[in-house]
Amino acid sequence: MTISLKELEHVAELARLSIPENELKAYTCQLDDILKSIEKLKELDTDNVEPTAHILPVRNVMRGDIVREGIGREDALGGAPDVEEGQFKVPKIV
Amino acid sequence: MTEYEAVIGLEVHAELKTNSKIFCFCTTEFGGKPNTHVCPICLGLPGTLPVLNEKVVDLAIKAGLALNCEIAEFSKFDRKNYYYPDLPKNFQISQYDLPIAREGYLNIDVDGRQKRIGITRLHMEEDAGKLVHSGDSITGADYSLVDYNRTGVPLIEIVSEPDMSSPEEARAYLDQLKAILEYTDVSDCKMQEGSLRCDANVSVRPKGSQKLGTKTEVKNMNSFRALQRALEYEIERQIEVLEEGGQVVQETRSWNEARGITETMRSKEDAHDYRYLPEPDLVPLVIDVEWVERIRQTIPELPLERKKRFVEEYGLPEYDAGVVTSSKKLADFFEACVEKFGNPKEVSNWIMGELMRLLNANNMELNDSPVTPGGLIRILELVKEGTISGKIAKQVFEEMFNTGETPDAIIKKKNLIQISDSGELEGIIASVMENNPKSVEDYRSGKKQALKFLVGQVMKETKGKANPQLVNDILLKKLSE
Ligand SMILES: [Zn+2]
Repeated sequence: MTISLKELEHVAELARLSIPENELKAYTCQLDDILKSIEKLKELDTDNVEPTAHILPVRNVMRGDIVREGIGREDALGGAPDVEEGQFKVPKIV
Repeated sequence: MTEYEAVIGLEVHAELKTNSKIFCFCTTEFGGKPNTHVCPICLGLPGTLPVLNEKVVDLAIKAGLALNCEIAEFSKFDRKNYYYPDLPKNFQISQYDLPIAREGYLNIDVDGRQKRIGITRLHMEEDAGKLVHSGDSITGADYSLVDYNRTGVPLIEIVSEPDMSSPEEARAYLDQLKAILEYTDVSDCKMQEGSLRCDANVSVRPKGSQKLGTKTEVKNMNSFRALQRALEYEIERQIEVLEEGGQVVQETRSWNEARGITETMRSKEDAHDYRYLPEPDLVPLVIDVEWVERIRQTIPELPLERKKRFVEEYGLPEYDAGVVTSSKKLADFFEACVEKFGNPKEVSNWIMGELMRLLNANNMELNDSPVTPGGLIRILELVKEGTISGKIAKQVFEEMFNTGETPDAIIKKKNLIQISDSGELEGIIASVMENNPKSVEDYRSGKKQALKFLVGQVMKETKGKANPQLVNDILLKKLSE
């Protein structure tokens, strides 16, 4: 095992995922397999290879500084579960 | 008792002066009803793609050059992941390991001494939304309301080296940084509107020690004064902890302006585990020499150079030159006046005196006031040719500041033309002497200060319009008769 149960719980916590007790083992094994594949990749000598920042060989895609109307408040809030005073209402934060 | 010194580094966020947001077409305009400056991209809706605003890159390069940084030939964006409802995507697009600029510096003047403060890095990122908490604080709230108008407004974050050793130096750094960003037209730097924000990393150590103490991060300082007060407090607090044999805890603290203290912010241990990853939706930037040079051409004379020139070219005292060049608009105003009227010291006195007093009292910027260089020059000419007295000139200036009327219109309307007619003054002086026989007698029996009182009476009688030199001369003549 390259990933411990504790690490799995930490990663799940960061991603705001709750994993049922009985599935912890399964996920640990799956993640472990992924990490093992990565370990395998590490066997390649990449000393002279630049790290890839993007998979496409495209650079400098930009737009001009132009303003266009947004979608309007009604549409913006349309999908929100809860709204108050034209704003998204979210549960207690801390 | 051990002597301590502080080690301070600042992280400054400045909003860039663009019309549209960093990755979408929404306006960056301040204010606006909540959630009216939004679109699917800045709301982070699925299926949307960000496209970088070219002006953002131009301005970031400009700021980097003005701060003597190396501009990266290759730069990219990264996702900074954290869960907080001010970010609709649950990540902020920022730059991690390949920021657009790094390794720069700026110079500050503190107590006549110049010091160089290093700049570690400068990167581009998007701003987050605004949260309003029900109740009076975040911890007491049952729920929060979110406005995403600011989400996606372009920012640069400028991280300094921990090169400052007092709150005064930190303040001078922020002053200088603000001036540079304003001069270069990179940012409006309005702290009250949040377009300039500052966090500080603070630690203390015994003087002379090379080892850094444990630092705290202080947030929520919303003005220059708040920065200075918060640092003073935090340094004092850390020294006290150490003196009592305790240890400074590494944590984030929030400045409480009302209570004048820093307080521990409730934060989770994993708050800094941001799991950065390259932003797959944006392609990298390659910045060539031509691009950098094109931007370099647009950088104007910067505040410290201009200050130096004002001292050399106009003979201004260091202090005056510093104040007048603290904002580009003031410095431009000064030069426009001096170009036509000369007398730099007199002009700087007016700017530092009346103009800045009225701007501060009304909480205004030079732009918001109707005062123009032409208006001030006209007042100075009117004083010079003796049409109005220096005292009246201040009154005219204030009226011009409030109404935008021309000095000539004001003095005509209010009948403020100086009385320089000896005949008219002699009559007034005679009656003042008649009404104040005691002072006249005092003067004649050797109490010379009585003259001042009599001059004052004449000025009062003429509502300040009498030519003071003339009053003085006539009075002296009459008193010695
Ligand atoms: Zn948008």
